[in-house]
Amino acid sequence: MKKVQFKSNYTQYLFLAPQLGILLIFLYWPIIQTFRDAFTMQDAFGISVQFAGIDNFLFIFDDPAYKTAFKFTIIYSFVITLITGAIGLLLAVQANNIMHGKSAYKTLLIWPYAIAPAVVGVMANYFFSERFGLLYHLFNDMWGFNWYESVFDAYIYVIIAGSWKQISANFIFFLAGLQAIQVSVIEASMIDCKSSFRRFWTITFPLLMPTTFFLIIINITYAFFDTFGIIDTTTIGAPSGETRTLVYKAYMDGFRGLDLGSAGAQSIMMMLIVLVITIFQFRYIEGKIHYN
Amino acid sequence: MSRLFTSSFSHIILFIGISIMVVPVWMIFASSTHTSSFINTNGLQFFLGDSFQENYLRVLLYKGGFFKEITALKMFLNSFIMATGVALLSVATSLMAAYALVYYRIKYATLLFWIIFITILVPLELRIFPTYSVMAELNLVNSYFGLIVPISASAIATLFFRQFYKTIPDELLESAKLDGASTWRFFIDFLVPLSKTMIVAMLIFMFVFGYNQYLWPLLVTSSEQYWTVVMGLKMMSGSIVHRFAFVMMSMVPPVLIIIILQKHFIKGVFQDK
Repeated sequence: MKKVQFKSNYTQYLFLAPQLGILLIFLYWPIIQTFRDAFTMQDAFGISVQFAGIDNFLFIFDDPAYKTAFKFTIIYSFVITLITGAIGLLLAVQANNIMHGKSAYKTLLIWPYAIAPAVVGVMANYFFSERFGLLYHLFNDMWGFNWYESVFDAYIYVIIAGSWKQISANFIFFLAGLQAIQVSVIEASMIDCKSSFRRFWTITFPLLMPTTFFLIIINITYAFFDTFGIIDTTTIGAPSGETRTLVYKAYMDGFRGLDLGSAGAQSIMMMLIVLVITIFQFRYIEGKIHYN
Repeated sequence: MSRLFTSSFSHIILFIGISIMVVPVWMIFASSTHTSSFINTNGLQFFLGDSFQENYLRVLLYKGGFFKEITALKMFLNSFIMATGVALLSVATSLMAAYALVYYRIKYATLLFWIIFITILVPLELRIFPTYSVMAELNLVNSYFGLIVPISASAIATLFFRQFYKTIPDELLESAKLDGASTWRFFIDFLVPLSKTMIVAMLIFMFVFGYNQYLWPLLVTSSEQYWTVVMGLKMMSGSIVHRFAFVMMSMVPPVLIIIILQKHFIKGVFQDK
């Protein structure tokens, strides 16, 4: 903290109060209720509430639909992270290479970042509809693509829909990372190493590590949470629940099935997953990467 | 020679990348300017038709919804109110909270720090039903307040402002104190103007974040009067070209903001030049 500070008995709390108040009422109170839901069981009308211990958790571990959603969420976040990271990096490196028109390219590549996932999903819907979807027919001619029935094809559908706008975010951050590398480092490496391909993997890419790991976290949270709007406007879980993310399943169980106990337990499981990923990032990765 | 080759290779790759971004959106736009019967027989279009005005005017002014009482125009107004509210509320509260955290000695500072920043790990999706029941208990369902405040419960901007304040040299406060500036004066006259770039970037970020909300408005508005554009996508009916037109219009506000204010946004988030 600062060496020079203001001293007061209460002013600091006046500055903190608005945010703390909002967080306590609209965030901590609901979180406490989530825990209450997770460890209790309600009848369908919410009249009687019983303490259930860890029954809700045992129930979701036994639920094959939960395993399916878990598997899909892992695959989905892995593939989205990989695809959007690779394409974003490729485009950022090219944009950093060129002399002229850099800002025009930048503008033309970053605007999809601003589009809502639900809007992206509705658009993807038009390209994958059986009636006039261009991609549907292209893939159908190639290998008999049919996402209504094939799990693999449904994966392809939601992966394309989910990756599209996230390429922009990866591009912006990688480009900023590349521009932060000092020119002198690059010039020195040009003398030592003639091959630009090797130069990239031995000098530039290691220097981009902080950006890369930051983006991994960003992409995983995107695939976990922000893709709700995409799933809900594309496959809605088709063929039969295989393309439901954990968030989507929890929402469906809570909203359609009115099973708040299960929805609460599923939320807590996801909080744990996010916590583990974050701790992993701070403890393990942060210590092992080079910052310029 | 080799330089020319690498640079044209870069241009080609970038051109492909841009095509992947632009072509799908362009096709939906081009298709939205045709008639439904034309689209139904010929599929998505690449070239413009001549029903632009007719389709877009109808979508803006047609009364839709289950009770036929909401127009797209009203949904845009609602989205605008919600996004502006989220941006202003979260940025204002974050600016103040970060100020207290950096410029004051606080009892239990570490605890407070964690209470505020651990919330970043718990997105709204993880507490959506309990948040809804809190809103129901407080009688805030179907109100702008209900749309705005739970989305503003975010400490992301606080994190950015805190980082930024820490880079401001201590001498600033010292000299301000010598001039007899009170804590409010220092905050309003020195810190806020200095943080202008960061404030603009966070306002843009939170505006887009608020505008793009889908699940929360879907849950917290049963009255059509409070429907927003992005959730309206789920509710809209009508023929195919009208749906295209609605989708196109729904992305205009956030995309326009990002394109126009792109420099400020990137400058603030990455704190460069």
